[in-house]
Amino acid sequence: MLEVTNLDVRYGAIHAIRGVSLSVPEGMVVTLIGANGAGKTTILRTLSGLLRATGGGVRFLGDEITGLPSHQIVKRGLVHIPEGRIVFANMSVLENLELGAYLRRDREVKSDLERVFVLFPRLKERIHQSAGTLSGGEQQMLAIGRGLMSRPRFLLMDEPSLGLAPLLVQGIFEIVREIHRQGTTILLVEQNAHMALQVADFAYVLESGHIVMSGPAAEIAQDPRVRDAYLGGA
Amino acid sequence: MQEFLQQLVNGIAIGSIYALIALGYTMVYGILRFVNFAHGDVFMVGAFFGLFAAGWIGASAGANGPAAVVVVFLAAMFGAAVLGVILERFAYKPVRGQPRLNALITAIGVSLFLENAGILIFGADPKTFPELLPPANYSVGGVKISSTQVMTLAGSCLLMLGLNFVVYRTRIGKAMRAVSFSRDAASLMGIPTDRVITATFALGSALAAAAGVLFSMSYPRLDPLMGVMQGLKAFVAAVLGGIGNIPGAVVGGLVLGLAETLVSGYLSSTYRDAIAFVLLIVILIVKPSGLLGRAVSEKV
Ligand SMILES: Nc1ncnc2c1ncn2[C@@H]1O[C@H](COP(=O)(O)OP(=O)(O)OP(=O)(O)O)[C@@H](O)[C@H]1O
Ligand SMILES: [Mg+2]
Repeated sequence: MLEVTNLDVRYGAIHAIRGVSLSVPEGMVVTLIGANGAGKTTILRTLSGLLRATGGGVRFLGDEITGLPSHQIVKRGLVHIPEGRIVFANMSVLENLELGAYLRRDREVKSDLERVFVLFPRLKERIHQSAGTLSGGEQQMLAIGRGLMSRPRFLLMDEPSLGLAPLLVQGIFEIVREIHRQGTTILLVEQNAHMALQVADFAYVLESGHIVMSGPAAEIAQDPRVRDAYLGGA
Repeated sequence: MQEFLQQLVNGIAIGSIYALIALGYTMVYGILRFVNFAHGDVFMVGAFFGLFAAGWIGASAGANGPAAVVVVFLAAMFGAAVLGVILERFAYKPVRGQPRLNALITAIGVSLFLENAGILIFGADPKTFPELLPPANYSVGGVKISSTQVMTLAGSCLLMLGLNFVVYRTRIGKAMRAVSFSRDAASLMGIPTDRVITATFALGSALAAAAGVLFSMSYPRLDPLMGVMQGLKAFVAAVLGGIGNIPGAVVGGLVLGLAETLVSGYLSSTYRDAIAFVLLIVILIVKPSGLLGRAVSEKV
């Protein structure tokens, strides 16, 4: 469904992504794990059109999407939930969710809103509250809910568990599973490799802009090098 | 007391003109974190567009009245909106994403260009704006209000209500608010940010042109440098209210207008133009984020 070949991204003199190739087949959860600064966010931002690749290509559903502006990529159903739960702090919860449906003209927006509220009852209670006053966990729920309002066929999720209490982390991964069950393909970026490898079918390990390892998530989780570096040697 | 009320009316009238110009500064700043120093010159060009439109429909020959007023406003606003879009596309867009100083220098260049093009095309000598409305003075409890002032108050109220509707009730307005919060996050919602920026310039420029026509109705001498002082004052008004903040621009404009008329009424009219800069210095010392501004950390 998504094919990345030889992707290269630079920030001026910094060569952040060096020839990354990866593929995500339809219906799968694929995770991309790696340490701070490995380049995970950079890859996602390039896939969603926020950054320009300096080399390589991205195909989505068979079409070349390299270099397209973000809004055209969203229109094709490739939706990016960014790192750090960037919600529109000056708007209400409802307005945030409605912005997720900005491109949609169909009549199912209302029922999708209800689906988001089923996933996150907390958001329904706070529907008119300003998003800036939500707790960190609630903002993450809102960021995910807003992404779902775009009707993604493919979801890029950047560290959805970042900075959340352990109990909430469990909850967020449950939600990731549920979104997948409902038919969305997911590329999940995580530092919490332990949880990510449990949810995912397939995994890539990124180090300083290179893919250094890939394989079925269960195998990667057993690899001694991964256990040492990303799973706390457990 | 009557004297004071009279100053109040005069102050609100000129203040609402400053507010209309300030809105353009603040909307563009809100979206791009960029001060469009050529905005005062768009106000000037808008006034000239109004003058030409009045000429075409023969307003100076007495063909005036409400219909003429509407035509002149629409023509000036439409012309200025097109100008704003052209400036954005060909002057500002190419330097977007470059260091901020480049955009600032570009804006100053655009300003000088418009002023000199104005001198070349319109001529340096002042032109007289025709009387669009039959001159009349109404008296309310001893306070005199001219027909032009009524027009100014009604017109700016209408435009501000319209803007409020666009920004808070329409799809494009919602997109504008999203882009002004975060361009990246807005793109990820599928919002075409370039088009939103274009629309913002069009809207801001149209409001400046409306201000230009209203100003010319009260002070009917038009020259290519008329935008320098008014533009600077409106910029002060935007900072006063909190730049980037839409209600702030309105409050800032009204405060500035009132301060000016009260100072020239009770102290001396020589201080009239200086008060704006006194207010600017005071607000920058006391509350740099402006009257309605919240202290937000600068986004990069
Ligand atoms: N705007 C930028 N300008 C210059 N360098 C950048 C920029 N953004 C990221 N980088 C650099 O690119 C590299 C990859 O950063 P990236 O944010 O993709 O890492 P990450 O894997 O997402 O890290 P984390 O787990 O901490 O989120 C880092 O070395 C970073 O310093
Ligand atoms: Mg990251």
